[in-house]
Amino acid sequence: MLVVFGLGPILWLAKAAITPTQDTLRTPMAIFPNGVAWDNLVQAWTTIHLDVQFMNTIWVALGSWIVQIIVATTAGYALSVLKPAYGRVLNGLVLGTLFVPAVVLLVPLYLTILDVPFIGISLQNTFWAVWLPAGANAFNILLVKRFFDNLPAEIFEAARTDGAGPFRLFWAIVLPLSRPILGVVSVFAIIAAWKDYLWPKLVLSLPEVQPLSVRLPQLQQTIDLGVYLAALAISTIIPIILFVFFQNLFLRSAGLGGAVKG
Amino acid sequence: MTALDRPVAATPRARRRRTPLTWFRGGGLANLLFLLPMLIVFGLFSWYPIVRAVIMSFQKTNMVQAATWVGLDNFVKVLHDPLFYTAVHNTAWFAVLALIFGYPVPLIAAVMMSEVRRSRGMFSALAYLPVVVPPVVAVLLWKFFYDASPTGVFNTILGWVGLGPYPWIQDATWAMPSIVLEATWAAAGGTVIIYLAALTAVAPELYDAAEVDGASIWRKIWHVTLPQLRGILLITLILQVIGTSQVFLEPFLFTDGGPANSTVTVLQLIYRYGFQNSLGGNYGAATALSVMLALFLALLSFVYFRLTRRWSQN
Repeated sequence: MLVVFGLGPILWLAKAAITPTQDTLRTPMAIFPNGVAWDNLVQAWTTIHLDVQFMNTIWVALGSWIVQIIVATTAGYALSVLKPAYGRVLNGLVLGTLFVPAVVLLVPLYLTILDVPFIGISLQNTFWAVWLPAGANAFNILLVKRFFDNLPAEIFEAARTDGAGPFRLFWAIVLPLSRPILGVVSVFAIIAAWKDYLWPKLVLSLPEVQPLSVRLPQLQQTIDLGVYLAALAISTIIPIILFVFFQNLFLRSAGLGGAVKG
Repeated sequence: MTALDRPVAATPRARRRRTPLTWFRGGGLANLLFLLPMLIVFGLFSWYPIVRAVIMSFQKTNMVQAATWVGLDNFVKVLHDPLFYTAVHNTAWFAVLALIFGYPVPLIAAVMMSEVRRSRGMFSALAYLPVVVPPVVAVLLWKFFYDASPTGVFNTILGWVGLGPYPWIQDATWAMPSIVLEATWAAAGGTVIIYLAALTAVAPELYDAAEVDGASIWRKIWHVTLPQLRGILLITLILQVIGTSQVFLEPFLFTDGGPANSTVTVLQLIYRYGFQNSLGGNYGAATALSVMLALFLALLSFVYFRLTRRWSQN
């Protein structure tokens, strides 16, 4: 019963993506009464240029992922291993943002994107407008810092005695050791980027730069239903493939989301 | 927080006098370089906007003329907006419905799945699958399912057993429950995984003892499982309230607040103030409402952190 409830909609979407529009409208629950329309998928990809949105989504996800990894590893390393005197203050300021919901930032962050302080340029309709704010993720830093805190201190000391400077220590010791936690951060980063709607909708107003999630609701009124459902199916394929391949990582991360202790 | 705390300062000389040179030799520059990405990103896109949000909530500004201080005017204006109370009411209603639908379902599913010893991995993967579907796709798909005509997907299915057709999201009374039903479908898998992880921590001896005493599955759940899960249940409860207070996507895409404002939520009202205003963005009102919501949520997350801390110490 629960399995049907959980999987039914996804299977139905897979079916409807290749069902002729008239069949889906008249008898939505019949299985291919009048044959299969593979053409839906082709049309969605070429005629309505879902390929552009598809690539945009991938760029948005990749860029957010890279920015988040860079910020989380360097900051986690500096705060956990290098420990400058002002580190505790910074750590507090970062963790403090965990208490500030994204809602508060909606308007001021939007205005910041329109006119970035010190630089004075507008990032609107560039992917940077999504990438950079994605990096300001305190949860990532918390995860990575804790992971580094739990690495045995002897490793660092041994490396320092061997004359490794902070950069070598980071590149040759800390990064290779942090693969498990980087996997978790990566899953969070890519999934979040693929799912996000409101923020990219605000800062990416031109169709050429919009990811799938922003574009799909606009397509609804203008295109043939069969093609539209095919477009929905196409948008779901990559996350599902990623999930099938990295199942354990996903499920571990999901468990972690609830188990993180303050 | 004195210079003595610095673990990097290897030589005693560096401790005695801090000059730019000793700072540099002690790794001060390297520290700063590693912190730079975080400082830039958080400074520009987190700390600065947070401060700006608080300032803007006390200002009147249209981004053309210079901003003027108006004290609490923005807050007063929001509190006098009848739509504000509608939005709070709707958001609370969404949260309550989400608790009724979405709270017990994952728990029951997780308990049932942990009873099945074999192929549990496959079940948890299947349960998680809807979470992987992008939320926008899920909403648009369910919007089609909710077609009010007799040939709508759900109406067809219910028609087989002689029910309906129902108006679903086109009716002011049923729109919100319909939206919550979809939201539950989309989110339940994540909670199931959290519960499953917690359930594996329950000592099997407790179940064995209960079985020896001849307890039924429901008694086992009531007397063994639930008390053992108390901590995690409380945490998911607070997390869910924090999440549902910020609901935007579902009502925005399903009904855009309609019919008759029956699904306007607080976050949607912020969005309308800020970005859907024909007179240009009313940023003051939008940030004032954001700040109010944030204070409420900060209170909740404070409670959450206290609880998790206490819980993890036990």
